Amino acid sequence: MRLIVLLCLALGAALWLGLMLGETSLTVSQLVEAFTRPDSAPWRILWSIRAPRAVTAAVVGGALGLSGAVMQGLLRNPLADPGVLGVSATAALGASVTIALGLATAAGAVEGAALAGAILAGLVLMVLTARLSDPQSLILFGVALSALAGAATALVFNLSPSPVATSEVLSWLLGSVANRDWSDLAPAAAPVALGAALCAWSANGLRMLTLGEETAALSGLPMGRLRAAGVAGAALLTGAAVALAGVVGFVGLAAPHLVRRWVSDDPARLLAPSALSGAALLVLADVCARVVPTAEELKLGVVTALFGAPLFALVSWRAARSWRG
Amino acid sequence: MTSVLAMADCGVVLGGRRVISGVSLEVRGGEVVGVLGANGGGKTTLLRAALGLARLTSGQVRLGGCPVGELTEAGRAALAAYLPQDRRVGWNLPAWRIVALGLPLISPSRARPNTLAALGSVGAEDLAERGILDMSGGERARVLIARLIVTGAPLLIADEPAAGLDPEAQFQVMEVLRTRAALGAAVLVSLHDLTLAARCCDRVVVLGQGRMLADGPPAATLTPDLLASAFALDGALIPSAMGHVLAARRLR
Repeated sequence: MRLIVLLCLALGAALWLGLMLGETSLTVSQLVEAFTRPDSAPWRILWSIRAPRAVTAAVVGGALGLSGAVMQGLLRNPLADPGVLGVSATAALGASVTIALGLATAAGAVEGAALAGAILAGLVLMVLTARLSDPQSLILFGVALSALAGAATALVFNLSPSPVATSEVLSWLLGSVANRDWSDLAPAAAPVALGAALCAWSANGLRMLTLGEETAALSGLPMGRLRAAGVAGAALLTGAAVALAGVVGFVGLAAPHLVRRWVSDDPARLLAPSALSGAALLVLADVCARVVPTAEELKLGVVTALFGAPLFALVSWRAARSWRG
Repeated sequence: MTSVLAMADCGVVLGGRRVISGVSLEVRGGEVVGVLGANGGGKTTLLRAALGLARLTSGQVRLGGCPVGELTEAGRAALAAYLPQDRRVGWNLPAWRIVALGLPLISPSRARPNTLAALGSVGAEDLAERGILDMSGGERARVLIARLIVTGAPLLIADEPAAGLDPEAQFQVMEVLRTRAALGAAVLVSLHDLTLAARCCDRVVVLGQGRMLADGPPAATLTPDLLASAFALDGALIPSAMGHVLAARRLR
């Protein structure tokens, strides 16, 4: 409980930074104006540009962190992340095809296609989890699905008629929450809420999987349904995250590891802290993307990989001792 | 007393191979039954079939009088608990939380007193807060046995619970299971150590190539002829002040 409170405070602080920092620096009087005078320029910068952007980063980071924690529990594998079963890749494929076909101008088309790709992958995976009980075969299938979707995305590049569309797809694949407003966030609310609820429901099953599939099968819990709920929840969250921000790596892998030692490695108690740490991480990563003075604003996926990889290596080094056995 | 587990003429085919066939077995409350046999003889498959984990190609299994396939997940868990041979544990949970997995329907914090009592009964109360992956094989085995008995199930099935343990720990694990039997549970274990089986089991069932070769009290069942046919051993169980001891060599 103390951990949850601390992580909420950290997320709050990150969101505050997300509001305060940006390309335009605001003076104290402008800040006062932003909080007191609706529709003034500083008010619009804060509440129409920075706030939706920071909140989007928090939602995406939270979804990826939770989805990563569920995947790690489901597959009993500390290296699992939201992408391991191919859900991110199929979501990215959906979005890429839509952009390449020139349908990106239609409101919500890219986001809808990304979510549809993820849901499709989730349905296939749910059927498979019912058939394959051991995590290894599921991972192998996920790798195949991921490779297939990656190849199809490469094909989109290959066949794309205009270089403009190609660069648009590429830029989308790098991940970003720039220029998001509240209306972009609204359609993601339902899949995120449903995904989180399914993940929360599967928590007991994830914990039971610690002792392997057979012990879990005899535990008295409805393991078939709980595993399906975990896969569906993780797929919905990943799909919603990709729809909102493109492909953002490392958060789903690293967020659970940042908090793992404080929940004594318990897959069920890991879920909420992973969501919160993922949210805080991504808001901070987005602040970095904004304030690092580069000619072209840094892409969020680039920042998470650049900062996330060394951080993850450090955490793994510390945790390595507890993974043996 | 009525049988907690009744297997009638059970057969299992895995990957086109008949792993067990014609197995009939009853286990009653209060007894410890050992399943013996050479490697690949079908011991694990028999235990899995008893739990409904291996699909039968013939015969029937009844748990608590009800066909195992007709039980709900919760109903089956209320009747039987299982310790598989595979002791791999996914995450480094503290021992008491591992034991709490035996009571999945109540929250771990509410299950904690029961888990500590179960750890106490296997002499592992001092391990309660240690991570399971930081333990030796023997310590881990005791914690997993505690997870098995905390369920309170009337049928406890353990696949080689003594494998890989030092002699004292082997006796300790078997004593814990005997204590549960004395309290009324039916216990079915597979074992490789024939001396241990002779000392700790009320009955042994001997499998050879998936068929039942014998079923009866250890000393009367593990005759020189059976040792030769089931284990390719030239030897006998010798009575001693502390129970029977196997003296044997390879049959040439």
